[in-house]
Amino acid sequence: MKEFKILAVVVILSLITYWGVEPFAHSQMHKHVEGHNFVYDGAADIAEATTEKAAAKKAFWGEVNQIAKLPGNAAAGEALFGTCMGCHNGAGINMGGVIPPVLDHAGSLYDKKYLIALIKDPAMASNVDHKYAVTMMHPMGAVQAMVTTPQQIADVVAYIKAKKVGKMTPQAAYEEACGRCHANRYGNLTQLGETPKFKTEKEALAHKLKVLDEQALVEKYMGKLPPDLSIMIRARSEHFMETFIENPQTQLPGTSMPRVGLTKEGYEQVKAYLEETGDPSKEARHAIGPWVILFFVIFTVLAYLWKKHHWKDLH
Amino acid sequence: MAHFDEKAKPFSHKWLNERMAVDTVKKVLSTEYWIPKDINFLWAMGMILAATFGLLIISGIFLLMYYQPSVDSAFDSVNYTIMNEVGYGWLWRHIHGVAASVVFLVIYIHMFTGIYYGSYKRGREMIWLSGMLLFVLFSAEAFSGYMLPWGQMSYWAGMVITNLFEGFSPTIAGGVANFPGFVEWLRGDYVPGQAFLTRFFMLHVFLLPLVIIAVIVLHFATLRIPHVNNQHGKEIDFDEAAKLYKEGKKKESKVIPFNPVFLSKDVFVMGVYFILFFYLVFFHFEFAMDPVNFDPADGLKTPAHIYPEWYFLWSYEILRPFNKDLGLIAFGFAQVAFFLLPFLDKSPVVAPANKRGLFKVWFWVMIVDMIVLTVMGKLPPEGIWTVIGLVAALVFIALFVALPFITKFEKKA
Amino acid sequence: MSNRRDFMGMALGSFAALGALGALYAAKRTWDPLPSVKSAGFTTIDLSPAQENVLVTEKWRGKPIFILKQPANAPKSDREIHVAGGRYLVVVGLCTHLGCIPAYVADKKQFKCACHGGEFDSLGVNTFGPPPRPLDIPPFKISGTSVILGETGPEYEKMLAAGLTLKV
Repeated sequence: MKEFKILAVVVILSLITYWGVEPFAHSQMHKHVEGHNFVYDGAADIAEATTEKAAAKKAFWGEVNQIAKLPGNAAAGEALFGTCMGCHNGAGINMGGVIPPVLDHAGSLYDKKYLIALIKDPAMASNVDHKYAVTMMHPMGAVQAMVTTPQQIADVVAYIKAKKVGKMTPQAAYEEACGRCHANRYGNLTQLGETPKFKTEKEALAHKLKVLDEQALVEKYMGKLPPDLSIMIRARSEHFMETFIENPQTQLPGTSMPRVGLTKEGYEQVKAYLEETGDPSKEARHAIGPWVILFFVIFTVLAYLWKKHHWKDLH
Repeated sequence: MAHFDEKAKPFSHKWLNERMAVDTVKKVLSTEYWIPKDINFLWAMGMILAATFGLLIISGIFLLMYYQPSVDSAFDSVNYTIMNEVGYGWLWRHIHGVAASVVFLVIYIHMFTGIYYGSYKRGREMIWLSGMLLFVLFSAEAFSGYMLPWGQMSYWAGMVITNLFEGFSPTIAGGVANFPGFVEWLRGDYVPGQAFLTRFFMLHVFLLPLVIIAVIVLHFATLRIPHVNNQHGKEIDFDEAAKLYKEGKKKESKVIPFNPVFLSKDVFVMGVYFILFFYLVFFHFEFAMDPVNFDPADGLKTPAHIYPEWYFLWSYEILRPFNKDLGLIAFGFAQVAFFLLPFLDKSPVVAPANKRGLFKVWFWVMIVDMIVLTVMGKLPPEGIWTVIGLVAALVFIALFVALPFITKFEKKA
Repeated sequence: MSNRRDFMGMALGSFAALGALGALYAAKRTWDPLPSVKSAGFTTIDLSPAQENVLVTEKWRGKPIFILKQPANAPKSDREIHVAGGRYLVVVGLCTHLGCIPAYVADKKQFKCACHGGEFDSLGVNTFGPPPRPLDIPPFKISGTSVILGETGPEYEKMLAAGLTLKV
């Protein structure tokens, strides 16, 4: 029928235009980055490293892979973990640029190999060694003097993986993994955590001043204040978020954002929180959408019958 | 003086008829407003546009209840208050955003339908011109609305587009077409800022919609006397055809009344359209709500890629491959080219393009060229894309320059 | 009689047009930038901390200002500002094509605009792409090791007279 032929032309031309300005144009604008499915073996780091650094990265990740094969002793690790608590104590005090994160869920949030690498050399593990002449200058660099042998590293990681686990809310995951650098104003979070309610303007301003001080320290450490993540889930594609968190350097070469080494489970929790603050209507959209569409399908059927009624004796 | 029946009940049919001639009005505007029978679903695009405009107004009213036109709070009033807090606020915003994009798809289909069937000439010039005026007004409305969420794309699109009003370089023609200070005047500031946002807010929610509604009325009025065209461009004696229809010879008559016969088909097409529309609103809105605009406006950080919404891409691409002054001339040409169509087409033939010899080629080359320009307008200006864009822009200009000759030739044939 | 009525009609029409013109002038003035916006446009920037070939970005009238200290061995140019023995490029950091902010690529010593591919050398002169002219130099006045942007000093007037920049 003629009308279907016309419809086909209109639809095909519209779809070609859509394909050109959306999937095709975006594939040309953004470089393609493969996901690694949250495996941290340094492959991307070595591939992207400059020639003078490639050998060091290869050696480093080689050793990490070796340590990962050692059986860790969680009991022995517990004692060593005590030294970690010197900084990772939840006191919320900035040390060398950032507040050391709370490690209550570190075993669930962070990948095993990443933790090994992090304890061995924090700057190399988080792939920000380009920021330091000597990696010991990383704020967590001191760990290299505290947990020294491969066996010790394996023990501490075994302890974290065995004991620092458990259910966490998406917000807790976000606060532990991202919250000390990135504010989230839609979630009422600053670098100092949740903003309490204040009775007086003076108290509110005093708190604000503390936040500004903390932000100034983070800014000095990172080069610029890391962006607020309130609505980041809609500002970046899902694929970008995932691959950026896996290895920020691949997406933004030279960025000061460290790799945080999230496990798949940890990433899902963080993403859930970003959706909570940035795209809370997703569930409602998916719940209501089909009904609205169904409504218009029935509407269209009725309209067709009405049309048929009026056009039946015209031809 | 007219006769008024004292006994007629207030607001009864008779009472209203005596005062407002409701029967006559109904006849003229609806039941005896004759439409050719020989049409297809493309004739429903006008009603679909009216319905989409209605959706834009309704969703806009609810957004207006919570939107704050201030550079400090505009972004959060949209992305937090409306999207997170207001009950179904997200629904209005998604409808508004998707409708603003889809309305242009329908406008283009409506426009190209008119071109294909030759519905812009032989008495229908005013329909075409008022329609093109609506296209310009909708473009201004879309642009001003795009400023309001005050995201990165709002800010930078505002910057780039208002800079066009600087005019030509001062070295061209002694600087007569250079307007120093005009851009600042337009913005009310050296860069897009508070004054800029508030005045575009005013334009978007008041002045432009008001003018659009007035021009829609004009567009409808221009249709009434020449009547709607039909699929074969046949001239119809509407009085005779209407007489046949009223006598019950519906099969023989070439016309149908707007209400209810034409309307019933319109509503059916509208239903199909709404299925697609709400699928986009709920499940596929990214094309209309650019992710970059979910980053707050920052005057010291240009996004990696700046591009307008898809419906402006073709004219943007005509501007882009040239240097500034030449680009501005080409851009200006693109803006008036379609307006001039009734006067560039020298052939008196009103028929589908496919039956018009060389014009058939002209039409399809034009469509392909518009699509190529649109796609190139979004791609980064590098390598082969720049070359294809330049060629497509030159083809566009050549098409409109060649049109009078092509159609003159057609007359002789 | 009817001639006279037409004349009166025209007189009334012209007089009304005069009023409309007045109203239009008021409307034009309402769209003007506010005095507070205009007068907020003076910024003092100390040039001495700048390092060679490292771009410093400041802000003036909401526009980014690029400050680039030229290396001692770089060729001399009329476009640079001499302050306390150093040679500086001070320009408005907006591409002269359509106003995007170019990025500085230090190892290539050039500015590159992401929007439409325009390029400028380290003196802000357009070398490639659609930009029609070099990066604009803001009005400045030298004061010690600083420049005051928005004020007009003799060095700036000389540049303007030589056609090295447009008035911004």
